[in-house]
Amino acid sequence: MRLLLVIAMMFAASPVWALNPDERLADPVLEERARVLSKELRCLVCQNQSIDDSDADLARDLRVVVRERLTEGDTNAQVLDYLVARYGEWVLLKPRLGLHTMLLWVLPGLLLVGAIILGRGLFRAKADETVAVELSDDERQALDRLKG
Amino acid sequence: METTLSLAETGHYALVLAFALSVACSIIPVVGWRRGDARLMQMASPVALAQFALIGISFAALTYAYVVSDFSLKNVWENSHTDKPLIYKISGVWGNHEGSMLLWVLTLAIFAASVPLFGKHLPRDLKALVIAVQSWILLAFVGFILFTSNPFDRLQPAPPQGNDLNPLLQDLGLAIHPPLLYIGYVGFSMTFAFAVAALMIGRVDQAWARWVRPWTLAAWMFLTIGISMGSYWAYYELGWGGWWFWDPVENASLMPWLAGTALLHSAIVVEKRAGLRIWTILLAIMTFALSLLGTFLVRSGVLTSVHTFATDPGRGLVILGILVFFIAGSLALFVWRADSIQSKGLFSPISREGGLVLNNIFLSAVTGTVLIGTLYPLLYESLTGQKISVGPPFFNLTAVPLFLPLLIAMPLGPFLTWKRSDAWAVSTRMFGVLLLSAAIALGIYLWRGGSLAPLGMMIGFWLLLGSLWEPFWRSKAGRAPLGETVRRLGNLPRSMWGGALGHAGMGITTIGIVATTAWSVETIETMRPSDVVQVQHYELRYETVERVIGPNYIDDIVRFTATMADGNSFALEPAKRFYPNRNEPTTEAAIETLGFSQAYVSLGDVDVTGDGTATVRAYWRPWTTLIWYGTIVMFVGGFLSLMDRRLRIGIPQMAKRRGPQAMPEPAQ
Repeated sequence: MRLLLVIAMMFAASPVWALNPDERLADPVLEERARVLSKELRCLVCQNQSIDDSDADLARDLRVVVRERLTEGDTNAQVLDYLVARYGEWVLLKPRLGLHTMLLWVLPGLLLVGAIILGRGLFRAKADETVAVELSDDERQALDRLKG
Repeated sequence: METTLSLAETGHYALVLAFALSVACSIIPVVGWRRGDARLMQMASPVALAQFALIGISFAALTYAYVVSDFSLKNVWENSHTDKPLIYKISGVWGNHEGSMLLWVLTLAIFAASVPLFGKHLPRDLKALVIAVQSWILLAFVGFILFTSNPFDRLQPAPPQGNDLNPLLQDLGLAIHPPLLYIGYVGFSMTFAFAVAALMIGRVDQAWARWVRPWTLAAWMFLTIGISMGSYWAYYELGWGGWWFWDPVENASLMPWLAGTALLHSAIVVEKRAGLRIWTILLAIMTFALSLLGTFLVRSGVLTSVHTFATDPGRGLVILGILVFFIAGSLALFVWRADSIQSKGLFSPISREGGLVLNNIFLSAVTGTVLIGTLYPLLYESLTGQKISVGPPFFNLTAVPLFLPLLIAMPLGPFLTWKRSDAWAVSTRMFGVLLLSAAIALGIYLWRGGSLAPLGMMIGFWLLLGSLWEPFWRSKAGRAPLGETVRRLGNLPRSMWGGALGHAGMGITTIGIVATTAWSVETIETMRPSDVVQVQHYELRYETVERVIGPNYIDDIVRFTATMADGNSFALEPAKRFYPNRNEPTTEAAIETLGFSQAYVSLGDVDVTGDGTATVRAYWRPWTTLIWYGTIVMFVGGFLSLMDRRLRIGIPQMAKRRGPQAMPEPAQ
């Protein structure tokens, strides 16, 4: 943690900017793909930035690598594989679906289903009673008051 | 130096005294309640006020040390500098771990003190227990400050100059945003205390809900505006024009907001229909638990992020302990005592209650998703030792789609009647709004094309127009003479306007988000003086470059002139700012607001001594300010609701005496 801070400080002292004009590819289609990929890749020495947003030197290196691979004809998936092989899955801002991330990707859906079931239980318990609506205590009191 | 020396010690001493008082106030009122001893219960109120006074003194002493740059305090030395402008000397108090915990505790003490101040008519047992629960939290966090994060630690001998504040934090937006966030976070401690007290007593009634609602509302309002300010700060200070990054620190404030929004809505059912009581209690506990979790994530240093100043794991464990104690304790109490609380109120799925349940279903799912995404990498790393990232693409694929149904259903809810409603009748009432928003979407499609943008706009306008239509429909707009509609509009309760504006604000924010996401234009160029680039609606001309010395920084400013297609021109002067005291740079973007849109320019490298070559990032961000204007509308909506006669201080007790039926639902 402390080491990361020190590294971050070193980069901070010699600022470079996120995506420099000189890094861009001449081919607009490839460049667009590079931008899309860059937004899904983490700057490894930054806090929570994609390499597209980061001004760190390492982010710049990765941007250049992404563009090199694309120019050599890699598919988007191949570029990502290449980077994962070198830097581990941490480099991906969008975690891959696998056994180890199954819970992560499945839980949002399960949560919704669970919440719906819970919510439905609330209705079903009451469903029969709604037909012949009973007066609540408050309403009965109010009725009594009206009757005097 | 003699006076400042003793002042800092006074602050420290006051904090110790507050700690002692919170120990007493944690125990005695509870004992008094168990024994039915009114005198023991009554001690809670004056002690709550005394705690506030003491922590206030402590905070004032630390602030004074910052203002006079008393570097004999380690905390001041680490985070301040004599050259720093006064405003940042003051905001520096909470721009670091120790001081910000003191601000947290001060906010908590203010809330605890407002119970005796505003709660004159609260039932005695409820009041005593609420203050006692607040004191438990106070005890935990004041203890945390005193034993692990003391801002009054001394340095011997005192250094002549300080280290200065992190330059990113030397900004007006960030100076005000933590106090606002804390009012929100800590405000939910009020709801939590009421929930725990209600569980202990075993009583949740409509009067209880009338008490809880305003505090929830106030906390929610400040959290809304705090998050919004944080987002705007990131937008202009971090220099690449993004406004939300799904950063764990942002998520930490978003989760209590989502849960608090759900709570705000379920408490309506408790108040109006006496239903959903158990669920509301649970939600109150979870909302504060998420606030505590946020405090833990930000303060413990488990995340490495701009906001994380503390990197000491010992502290993290203590906060984790506090977190676990309060969450596990209150949940255990909940499981044990929930049976004592009866929920009433029967309703069919298509009803106002049903709509509010739907709101809670989706908000809970979104909250849970953000929670999983935020914690998963931390848990994964601690279990396997390997790191994975969960970034914006994950949340955009999960939380955003779960939030969409809420946006679509939101304007329908207020049209539903309590108990049971007629889906067809509600649909016909909204038919005009649906047609209008579809027409707007069609217009946008013909104008700009695309498919997602028109659809998103349709949802945004449906939400905005549908929410605003509700008060007009209730005032019989179009079905009665104009004069009567106007009269009825004036007579609507403020809470109705509050709800309508709250929803409409969300619509405005949605429209801003869709427009910015779909139509922003970015141009990145290397430019020299007299170079010109075209950024969609404006032409950007590089005029001059200059180095300017500020109070504690050096600016490399590039002056641009931007000219719009209609000939209107303005200056844009972004800067690369360097803080020599910290050896850190920041980016000062130049922003010109035109209508609701913004021209945004920021700088990369600037060769100020040579030929002035600069890397320039220029943006056109259409309707982008709507994102934040929407949150202001939400804040105003909350404020109107808070001003409603029903929720005003003292009213709950009177209303209780007259019976709940004294407040009939208007226009149904």
